[in-house]
Amino acid sequence: MKKTALNDVHRRLGGKMVEFAGFDMPVQFEGINAEHETVRTKLGVFDVSHMGEFWVEGENAFSLVQKISTNDVAALTDGKVQYSCFPNGKGGIVDDFLCYRFGTERYLLVVNASNIDKDWANLTKHNTSDAKIKNVSDETSQLAVQGPLALKAMQKLTSENIVGMEYYTFKEIEFAGVGDVLFSTTGYTGSGGCELYFPNDEAEHIFNAVMEAGEEFGIKPIGLGARDTLRLESGFCLYGNEINDSTSPIAAGLGWITKFVDGNDFIDRKIFEAQKTNGVPRRLKGFVMVDRAIPRHDYEVCDENGDVIGKVTSGTMSPMIKKGIGMAYIDKGYWKEGSEIYVRVRNKLVKAVVKKPPFFK
Amino acid sequence: MNIPDNLFYTKDHEWLSLDGAIATVGITDFAQKELGDIVFVDVDSVDEELEVEEAFGTIEAVKTVSDMFMPVKGTVIELNEELDGEPELINKDPYGKGWIIKIKVADTSEVDGLLTPDAYKELI
Repeated sequence: MKKTALNDVHRRLGGKMVEFAGFDMPVQFEGINAEHETVRTKLGVFDVSHMGEFWVEGENAFSLVQKISTNDVAALTDGKVQYSCFPNGKGGIVDDFLCYRFGTERYLLVVNASNIDKDWANLTKHNTSDAKIKNVSDETSQLAVQGPLALKAMQKLTSENIVGMEYYTFKEIEFAGVGDVLFSTTGYTGSGGCELYFPNDEAEHIFNAVMEAGEEFGIKPIGLGARDTLRLESGFCLYGNEINDSTSPIAAGLGWITKFVDGNDFIDRKIFEAQKTNGVPRRLKGFVMVDRAIPRHDYEVCDENGDVIGKVTSGTMSPMIKKGIGMAYIDKGYWKEGSEIYVRVRNKLVKAVVKKPPFFK
Repeated sequence: MNIPDNLFYTKDHEWLSLDGAIATVGITDFAQKELGDIVFVDVDSVDEELEVEEAFGTIEAVKTVSDMFMPVKGTVIELNEELDGEPELINKDPYGKGWIIKIKVADTSEVDGLLTPDAYKELI
């Protein structure tokens, strides 16, 4: 099993370790609900060094990234980050990712740990004009510092202005005495904050500096368990649950990152454009349980007669609103906010209503 | 690991205490630690007579759903209603305020077949 550079640190902090995407990762420290609340109300630090990072450089970098990305890379400017998907050539999704533009000839793609190999294969396959590509996943560490107090606390570690940074932007800064740390106002929790990228040998020093700077604000280490409940409460897709090789971004509610503009001739554009024009039979929707129950991955969604109208992709008990919440692919006719649906939980039909996330606000 | 001396245990990590013919049942300290934060307890078998090892309800942690089984044959007579609003009582006090159901035991001699504290300690 692979280990991140912070593996010993997690063990020392009492992390409960599990295998995730081939990595030995902490699923929780003090407890998922307490960690979740810490991020929503203060700040927490996640080791997300298992994520993958690819550089795409050179004069053909733009055309390669534009081809494999549903979003419009031409709309990016230097210092901005964009969320996007890699289409798989069959109307499905290879992965979702972040694209950082450092210059017209330099991009960083950040991908899911579980998909690093197939993302790299996809990138290599489409790199027919010899853009310079490099997989730096193994030597790069990443921390996510998330929560309403995150930027304020991290400001103590740099002289660059970070509290004033716009959402989804980045800078290369000196941070905690380390030069050229990639600092972006991105994240996967819906509570604001930042993500930092740096070489593995700086990981322990930067992690300790982050913990120390955050101490007066109540910082805590956060595991993958709370990472999942936080993203779900915000309605963010998780690859393998909401999206996969057979789901389209149009059905997944990712039309906003699928841009049919001139010059964006990405893979599968024709398929997705036809879906946008003609509609899709099922769409990803958020829902909240009305009666007490917790929806779970793969539970059936039914109408009041028990006829199946969809399937749950993710579900949990919301730590903030203390109700069952989830996302599901649901048939047309039940997409409107407030539509009554039922989730089959242990052979009982339990009432829920369609609701647009975030669920906690 | 807290394994009180005065209780009976099952291989499913439940505990049972007996008062006359009435048994109180919960999950062990080991079980609550393994499960992590308990977020929902679903018991719809109150007033039902169930066989030993028949499922009487479900306990849900953040990431997992587990059945809970009758340690002995009997009738489920009460559910700990406090757990509805505060399922975390099971994490905080598994042998006290975090009890789950009370059973009217069909045959109290069946309790002698459950695990002793020492036997349970061996198991985990």
